[in-house]
Amino acid sequence: MVSIDDFKGKTPAWCPGCGNYSILRAFKETLVELDIAPHEFTIVSGIGQAGKFPHYLRCNTFNGLHGRTLPVATGIRLANHRMPVIAVAGDGDCYGEGGNHLIHAIRRNIGVKLFVHDNQIYGLTKGQASPTSMEGVVTKNQPFGVLSGQLNPIALAVALDCSFVARSFAGDIIHLKQMMKEAINHRGFALLDILQPCVTFNKVNTYEWYRQRVYHLGDNYDPKDRISAFEKSLEWGERIPIGVIYENKRQTFEERIPVIKDRPLIDHEIFTEGWRNSLQKALDEFF
Amino acid sequence: MTSSKSTIDILVALDKESISTHEAELATQGIIVYDQFMLKERYYGDRFLDIPLIELAEKHGRERVMANTVAVGAVLGMLGLGTDIFFGIIEDTLNKKGSEIVKLNKDAFLAGYEFAVKRCLQCAFTVKPQNKPRMLIGVNEAIGLGAIASGCKFYSAYPMTPSTGIMLYVAGKAKEYGIVVEQAEDEIAAINMAIGASYAGVRSMTGTSGGGFALMVEGLSLAAMTETPIVIALAQRPAPATGLPTKTEQGDLLFALHGGHGEFPRVIFAPGSPEQAFYLTNKAFDISQRYQIPVFILTDQYLSDSQWTEGDFDINKFVHKDYRIRGDSLEAIKDYRRHAITEDGVSPFGVPGTSTRLIITDSDEHDEEGHITEDPEIRVSMVDKRLFKKMGLIKKEISPPLFYGDEKPDIVLFGWGSTYGVMKEVVDIISRHYKIAMFHFSEVFPLPSTEMLDYIGILRGAKKTICIENNATGQFSRLIKAETGYEFTHHINRFDGKPFFADLLARRIDGINR
Ligand SMILES: Cc1ncc(C[n+]2csc(CCOP(=O)(O)OP(=O)(O)O)c2C)c(N)n1
Ligand code: SF4
Ligand SMILES: [Mg+2]
Repeated sequence: MVSIDDFKGKTPAWCPGCGNYSILRAFKETLVELDIAPHEFTIVSGIGQAGKFPHYLRCNTFNGLHGRTLPVATGIRLANHRMPVIAVAGDGDCYGEGGNHLIHAIRRNIGVKLFVHDNQIYGLTKGQASPTSMEGVVTKNQPFGVLSGQLNPIALAVALDCSFVARSFAGDIIHLKQMMKEAINHRGFALLDILQPCVTFNKVNTYEWYRQRVYHLGDNYDPKDRISAFEKSLEWGERIPIGVIYENKRQTFEERIPVIKDRPLIDHEIFTEGWRNSLQKALDEFF
Repeated sequence: MTSSKSTIDILVALDKESISTHEAELATQGIIVYDQFMLKERYYGDRFLDIPLIELAEKHGRERVMANTVAVGAVLGMLGLGTDIFFGIIEDTLNKKGSEIVKLNKDAFLAGYEFAVKRCLQCAFTVKPQNKPRMLIGVNEAIGLGAIASGCKFYSAYPMTPSTGIMLYVAGKAKEYGIVVEQAEDEIAAINMAIGASYAGVRSMTGTSGGGFALMVEGLSLAAMTETPIVIALAQRPAPATGLPTKTEQGDLLFALHGGHGEFPRVIFAPGSPEQAFYLTNKAFDISQRYQIPVFILTDQYLSDSQWTEGDFDINKFVHKDYRIRGDSLEAIKDYRRHAITEDGVSPFGVPGTSTRLIITDSDEHDEEGHITEDPEIRVSMVDKRLFKKMGLIKKEISPPLFYGDEKPDIVLFGWGSTYGVMKEVVDIISRHYKIAMFHFSEVFPLPSTEMLDYIGILRGAKKTICIENNATGQFSRLIKAETGYEFTHHINRFDGKPFFADLLARRIDGINR
């Protein structure tokens, strides 16, 4: 059995009160409850406050470039799809710099679980607007307020028929754990957008602001119905739904690649006698 | 023959335009084959051979489209190559379509063949018969085959001429050899996916051309920082920007050398033929795995789009060494650290998920374990490990250039990559008049040491040294000067998008020596 202590990493350098702390706690507890040990999975993270996440844990870690979590995570999954791969990114990281990769990871339905620490701001670089910053929000870099429309990652994912789309809130650990579990247990790509207060640079979307607005999707809500999921995904402002917004059973990318369907790539042995002998055939084709 | 030349020996013209565009390129003994009924025009003179392609096709092959087969027959007849080879090919490829089709093709071929043998009185071509079958192979296929035979299991790329052929070849063999080939959404994703797969423990490769590589350079730097092995095929074409997409140039040597932010080790190979490409691809994989560094295979459009006949390739010459540490052997390392500082700078290459050891790495500067740090001492020891320790060892892996020609030459030709064949042919052409030799580099960076072959000494001893490059600024020449201080006496550069032709190059060299 794994315990919380197994995941004890470096002391976080996040600001006191940052929403990332509760995401970290929720994640560790989720792993304990799912009985997943540090060596059994890999976290791929990007660059930003969220990107530091795996260093404050203990697990296989690939802390890559800003915006490029998903391609690295995809490569790891394709090499070894027995191993759970979790991508951790900021809203700037994943919806801005790496936006194209999100679209295509969803299309592939690669079995990567993407946790976005969505603080609606660039935290690490000290408070510029992010794609999810609300229109009109004034920052040092956006003195006239944010002019571009706010990106809606949930609606985007539903539009792309993403096989698992959920939203949670760092201020509701029990809910967050539930969403993390469902994402990890889901077969295929999962997007979990986590509303994460940045107490230092986002003075608009505070704990209080979120608390007044978020509500749980009730039992009557059917995440399998894509049209109602579309409707739900558009809700933002006075009321913000949290929970599994959309889910489907599309085949995963790994299941559809004949080469690895039965056996992860990492299990294909190279340099064996039989393997070497098989090469001559490819050579002979050139005669 | 190891290169192209500027003149045409046999031109089969299926329209008038082919004649007007290419007539001037005809060799002195050259012949233009045409059909006056097809072109609705008659041409006069010794160099024109009028063959009723359509008439023969309809008569012997039953259909007009057989004119192609008649033309092939005519060309083989002109070359005096016999009918056996072609008959064999027809049987192999058309058997599925039934014996009737095979027979019609053979008859059409024979009609063209016999016509040419009878009528082409001035045909003075002789082709040496091959007693042993040889391979027909292109550089992209040789790289793809070399990669598969080196244990490559993952290839991610975004299509870009002239590199796409590598991906196509590997994709065609994916099922048989158990390889995942993924067409990524862009080159940034392509290199990052390959890095991910490599981190997870499978040999990975990507391929692109200059524009795509421009998008990959941040990923290149990531591979270096995380010490993740990767092989990158970079098929050059004329740039800047989209440039001349289907033409050739050796314009990205210094880009491959300097691309990527920061200072880190890399190796660049530049094969000059499919055979070199095949073996160097294996060396690229081996070095990249062994030292956990990025290795380039630099080619160009001329190499990528040509076909060579080659003798047999020997897979037994391949290095098949597994540098990964997995399962029990990884478990046995008690204090495992992915970036442990070791004597040779190479840390144990653990594979995640195969033991309880954790594989941690970071694009930020990191400590031995792989965790982010800003400690100046750790920074310095990591640069020392990653760059200096490894670079010294890598240099020893590099083979000397190929030396061909006079042992004590007055004239030295110097080149790299795709100019191999043309330089060799030029040496053969003009060695009757001059004491001439050539150096060809297929391993261009780091430069081979002069201990095994003192190429700088030989250059200094020669009267004229000519660096020949398919680019405008002489990038290899600049590299040689930067690394050794040596300056060439002459340069020949071509950057109009075409490769060098042996006859024209020989003339330019002759001009320098007159
Ligand atoms: C290619 C590149 N561009 C820019 C940066 C600088 N940078 C680092 S993090 C970041 C944005 C961080 O915002 P977000 O992804 O939302 O993460 P947060 O810090 O808010 O968790 C930027 C612009 C970088 N590291 N790399
Ligand atoms: S800047 Fe914001 S996101 Fe970053 S640690 Fe501080 S509170 Fe958290
Ligand atoms: Mg952010």
